[in-house]
Amino acid sequence: MEPINWHSVFFLVFALLACGFAVAVLLTSNIVRMAFYLVLSLAATSGLFFLAGADFVGAMQVMIYVGGTLVLLIFGVMLTAQGPFISMKTSAGEWTLGIMVGGLLLAVLLQAATSIDAWQPQAVIEGDARPTATRLGMGLLGARVDKLDEVDPVQRGGMSGYLLPFEIVSVHLLVVLVGSAYLARPKKRAQNSSWEGLK
Amino acid sequence: MNLLTDPVGITHYLIVGAILFVTGAVCMATKRNALGVLMGIELVLNGANVNFVAFGSEYLRPGVLGIGLDGQLIALFVIILAAAEAAVALAIVLNFYNNHSTVDVDRADELKG
Amino acid sequence: MAEFLKQYLSPEWLAYAIVAFIHAFILINIVAVGALVFIWLERKVSGRIQDRLGPTRVGGKFGWLQTLADGLKLVTKEDLCPKGADQLLFLAAPYVSFCASFAAYMALPFADGWVGIRLNVAVFFIIAVIGLEVFGVILAGYASASKWSLFGAMREAAQVVSYEVPLGMCVVVPVLLAGSMDLITIAQMQTAGAAQMGWFTHWYVFNDPFTFITFWVYFTCATASVNRAPFDLAEAESELVAGFHTEYSGLRWSIFFMAEYGSMFAVSGLAALLFFGGWNGPLPITHWLGLADASNPVLHYAGNLLGALNFVGKCVFGVTFMMWVRWTLPRLRIDQVMTTCLKYCTPLAAAMFAGAVIWRFLLPGGLILPSDQGLVREAHTEIQAAAPADPAAPAAADASEPVGDRVAHVTPQNELVGAGRGTH
Repeated sequence: MEPINWHSVFFLVFALLACGFAVAVLLTSNIVRMAFYLVLSLAATSGLFFLAGADFVGAMQVMIYVGGTLVLLIFGVMLTAQGPFISMKTSAGEWTLGIMVGGLLLAVLLQAATSIDAWQPQAVIEGDARPTATRLGMGLLGARVDKLDEVDPVQRGGMSGYLLPFEIVSVHLLVVLVGSAYLARPKKRAQNSSWEGLK
Repeated sequence: MNLLTDPVGITHYLIVGAILFVTGAVCMATKRNALGVLMGIELVLNGANVNFVAFGSEYLRPGVLGIGLDGQLIALFVIILAAAEAAVALAIVLNFYNNHSTVDVDRADELKG
Repeated sequence: MAEFLKQYLSPEWLAYAIVAFIHAFILINIVAVGALVFIWLERKVSGRIQDRLGPTRVGGKFGWLQTLADGLKLVTKEDLCPKGADQLLFLAAPYVSFCASFAAYMALPFADGWVGIRLNVAVFFIIAVIGLEVFGVILAGYASASKWSLFGAMREAAQVVSYEVPLGMCVVVPVLLAGSMDLITIAQMQTAGAAQMGWFTHWYVFNDPFTFITFWVYFTCATASVNRAPFDLAEAESELVAGFHTEYSGLRWSIFFMAEYGSMFAVSGLAALLFFGGWNGPLPITHWLGLADASNPVLHYAGNLLGALNFVGKCVFGVTFMMWVRWTLPRLRIDQVMTTCLKYCTPLAAAMFAGAVIWRFLLPGGLILPSDQGLVREAHTEIQAAAPADPAAPAAADASEPVGDRVAHVTPQNELVGAGRGTH
């Protein structure tokens, strides 16, 4: 018997969990259960990231996606989850149309994914994964240490790293923070608000 | 092929990414609850992330020049922007709920001619 | 260990399964037995603080079997599920909580190399996973279909989300000093380098005044994020009956408590690793006994055993400290909890972070972290070997000069060179 490839086994487990809970998100109509399944699906995906050698991205996925985003989502769910809204049924016609179009899209994507030989399994993965955190951090700071040893000048492009996008994203997050706090501010009655009285 | 003994390649990750993407897209299309649509968006972004990480991985295609670390960096940006997107979208949904007392996206039709 | 078993067992996967089972069994016992001991300890500590004796009857003089008797009582209780509750989520919530708490132990090292998985981003992973415990609480609060539960859960959600911010900032400070997110590396960095002595003066908490304050901010935020008094708003008995676990009974209720004590131990362990040298004691006892030598496996194992005991002792001390705080301070109001986080802890953590960066900048060692320098230097030498006339080489050469003693001893431990050290 061939030796079991543990990487593949764990890939199978995490992939089935991720896809299974994603389908569960689609099929359930209860909004809180949807959020619960989404948490599990995203957490399983972070397992896939760890398997692909992306340890830092996997940890970020757990921290930001699963932790941050979904706590936010659950907040929203609970603020709006009252009787009539908790499960809104979709009509059969929409289901049929959605599944048909989705199925076609899936068929196209699967065809594309399996048709290219270079993407097929290449070799047995040997050894422990090289940690990526430092290289990613240096990349975000504008120094691509992973490309320093690249001899081919064509492949040495993008040496300046991601400092500018990083800064833009930082400012963007600040704007989002302020903006969402503004959007979600409590509604004041016109006669109660102070500036209305000053007019 | 036997999944227990053969190594996995980029194809396998792409299949998972495709399933997540399509599930999310159908979720966005069929859910009437605005928060359900949001969750669909999260799934779509997550499916895209799986592809980025797979193409950037140095273990799935040893020796072949992929997009390298760029894949993981872009995945990081996607995660950050997804968090930002969720915060803003949630604020919009709350505002919508305050104004219409519902989160049914089909009821947002004032601009319809 | 897997290699050893493989020689005797015919299907290879059986050996791996047995090894994985043993590891999981050991860890789950640490959590479960730890919870038993801590609940007993909590009763004794609270009793002493309130000038009582605490449990004295069950199991001899100190009542040390009290928790077991309680556990027996809980197992025999009826497992209720309230009418109108969301069955699935109600039943699953305690396990979600426990899984999140238990997953942190995967990356928590007990001694040099004694860790479930040696993750390069272990610090980050543990903080992320402990934050997930709140999901179980929110689900429990929602699924119970009771307003007290929902109030408790919403309070907890708001509190945990807020306290993750200063907690993350505090954790970054030791990471900054060590130049690594690997917990084993961080703990070993606190042994004064190659000498491997391990006096308490090398602990990061005494590294500079900023880290000292950072530790206290960390401890406050950790207490809040594991939902302990004075921040236990989610189960405030005087206001919310019992908060999110009002509707729970029997075993499921006790699983919530196992999760709580599990994460208390985990955050105490993280504090011990980040600020108190991990298994490197206040006195270099392993060094004096000659057990710090990694070349001799038997001596190294004995040293690790001693170190693991040391580490567990520090964790127990941290948990006891949390108990002391719980039975001493009154509970805060929810607005006071939020004020503590947003007005005091977050700015303080940010200031300590900036201070630690400046301190590090003024000291020899420079702004660029040691492991980065090692990495840049390594990449540079490879370039020198491959292509001498390289446009990026001068920049790399500038950064690759050894700046001080700290760098010199740090370099062997940087993540690329030392990646293969972790065995278990």
